Amino acid sequence: MTGGRTAGSARRGRPELYTSYEADSALLNTRPKRVAVLLIVALAVIVPFLLTDNVLLILATAFVASIGAIGLNLVTGYAGQVSLGHAFFLGLGAFTGAVLSGDPDGRTVGLGMQLLVWLPAAGLVAAAAGLLVAPFAVRLRGLYLAIVTLGLVFLGEHLFREMQFITGGVGVGRPGPVPELFGFRFDQAGEVLGVMLTRNQKMYYLMFVLLLIMAVAGRNIARSAIGRAFAAVRDRDIAAEVIGVPLTKYKALAFTISSFYAGIAGALLYTVIGVIEPGSFNLLMSVQYIAMVLIGGVATISGSIMGAVFITLLPRITREVPKFLPFISGGATGGGILNVFQLEAILYGLLIIGFLIFEPRGLYGIWIRTRNYWKGWPFSY
Amino acid sequence: MSDAFAEALQETLAEVAQDRPVLEFDDVELSFAGVKALGGVTFEVRPKELFAIIGPNGAGKTSIFNVISGVYRPQKGSVRFLGEPILGKQPHEIAAMGLSRTFQNIELFENLTVIDNLMLGRHQHVRYGVFSALVYAGRARGEEVVHRGVVEDIIDFLEIEQYRKFPVGLLPYGIQKRVELGRALALEPKLLLLDEPVAGMNLEETEDMARFILDIRDELDIAMILVEHDMGLVMDLADRVLVQDFGLAIATGAPSEIQRNPDVIRAYLGEEHRSSVGVTATARDRATGDTP
Ligand SMILES: Nc1ncnc2c1ncn2[C@@H]1O[C@H](COP(=O)(O)OP(=O)(O)OP(=O)(O)O)[C@@H](O)[C@H]1O
Ligand SMILES: [Mg+2]
Repeated sequence: MTGGRTAGSARRGRPELYTSYEADSALLNTRPKRVAVLLIVALAVIVPFLLTDNVLLILATAFVASIGAIGLNLVTGYAGQVSLGHAFFLGLGAFTGAVLSGDPDGRTVGLGMQLLVWLPAAGLVAAAAGLLVAPFAVRLRGLYLAIVTLGLVFLGEHLFREMQFITGGVGVGRPGPVPELFGFRFDQAGEVLGVMLTRNQKMYYLMFVLLLIMAVAGRNIARSAIGRAFAAVRDRDIAAEVIGVPLTKYKALAFTISSFYAGIAGALLYTVIGVIEPGSFNLLMSVQYIAMVLIGGVATISGSIMGAVFITLLPRITREVPKFLPFISGGATGGGILNVFQLEAILYGLLIIGFLIFEPRGLYGIWIRTRNYWKGWPFSY
Repeated sequence: MSDAFAEALQETLAEVAQDRPVLEFDDVELSFAGVKALGGVTFEVRPKELFAIIGPNGAGKTSIFNVISGVYRPQKGSVRFLGEPILGKQPHEIAAMGLSRTFQNIELFENLTVIDNLMLGRHQHVRYGVFSALVYAGRARGEEVVHRGVVEDIIDFLEIEQYRKFPVGLLPYGIQKRVELGRALALEPKLLLLDEPVAGMNLEETEDMARFILDIRDELDIAMILVEHDMGLVMDLADRVLVQDFGLAIATGAPSEIQRNPDVIRAYLGEEHRSSVGVTATARDRATGDTP
């Protein structure tokens, strides 16, 4: 009963016959899923040689944003605790990474450590903060929880503004974390296995691999007893308690894990961008991550990634708009009725409302419906 | 049933002392802003016993369950489960001692599948932690397979195989009632509380449920408290019956005594006489057999 699918002739007859519960609950439990994942990975590996450096930078950013979105989805989508405080935890991760990896002789504090140290540390510092906040959060729900977590963002903005020896101060900032692994620099062009790679190609690969690891870990949490407990707490908290799921423990755990993901994402985000502006960790950033979760699909890992890629690409697209619609200006000043930044903010709002009303399952839901349609093709019923 | 579930359950039940009550409910008073839901109720449930609580609407039956499972905190009295005082404990702590229940208005996790709902019933038997879950290898994987095996046995027992991968919100009412029973069983309870398990069911569904309840008592040996308005079912299945009226226990005894008790007839059966509603002959034969 441990061999997974049946082999040989039986396999030809009933390819979807599971012979063990283990195979049934496996991550890639159908052949189409396995093929799709292989194709995506293969595509992801060759993409850096097909696209411009600029686009690669955006994709690397999107991968990092995906890690953050998975984190928010774990607490908000899976465990049902609405958090507006994600930006605060992203900020903690970013500055932890920057301080640990930074230049010891620089203007701001730096300890010159490598990625293997600062990346887990960024996650752990944010997770510790999440654990500290959790006792307050577990007593609240819905709107009250949203408001308390919003308070975290204001607290963070203040701290980051004041602690200039760490953050460099508003309008100046400090260098982001340095991606150095045993002497290998991901942030400098160089030869790898005989192939010349640009900075952005290296960044792209690094972020892709890290997203893969974080996504699989997230999916594992979701399908484990912990993920089930999150869903129980979300759907019926009293019934959850009565059947033996400790409510407070799992709310706190969801917050902690989510903050860990945010810390990792925050550090990596500014590794890609290069400079941390302490004013960035504001409400708008939290709202962007909420938009990723809602637009991508609540309580799905792949949805989180779709949403993050979509929201990261959105500014790219809106920036092209002034070329076609002259009444929208390209800069913050300039003529026109709207500028692109206002257009972006309006789009977030419209998209969130639109998805909530018309497709609550998000891009993931659209994908599932499309897939089911083609499964039955050519018989549309 | 020679299976993983029955074996695990028997191991759990072996810890239950046979020479003292499973539950001692002593002089419990509970009120809500002036409304007295329980006015000093006392009773005990013995090992392997099927103890029924009957009474008109608003008599305080569900309140008794909510006190036992730690959802309500009474103002007075004491409750001991397996000899240990449980008032003031969190519901999950009481569940961890071996108490499980179903709800009058189904409280399933609608978005989750039948399998996941039952797996949640096994939550307190899960030993692996966050770090094993992250990699989902070794310990976590092995444990999941074991729990899944137990859950599949319960699914077979309740004859809900064909629904196992459906989100429970999509299932018919009668099946949801069974799934909820399954989730309660998955916990390997030492005491099982059933709040109106056949309410709203048709005759056939009622007979199926009666059969499961009998099997749980006779083959699995789990002590149970059954709250039910279906008088026929109660009189046929229960070892002892407690009659509750306006927050007070007005009589306790074997079904035959209860049916003859003048207080009961006046307070309850007199106004709403619906005895012997649809229970199979076999169920009736096996009924009062081992009344303590
Ligand atoms: N949470 C609550 N808040 C206020 N009053 C309550 C609460 N729970 C129960 N009561 C009151 O306590 C009394 C007993 O209610 P309970 O639900 O225990 O009755 P019951 O015997 O289960 O009735 P039914 O047969 O209708 O299920 C009722 O008067 C009810 O209104
Ligand atoms: Mg009731």
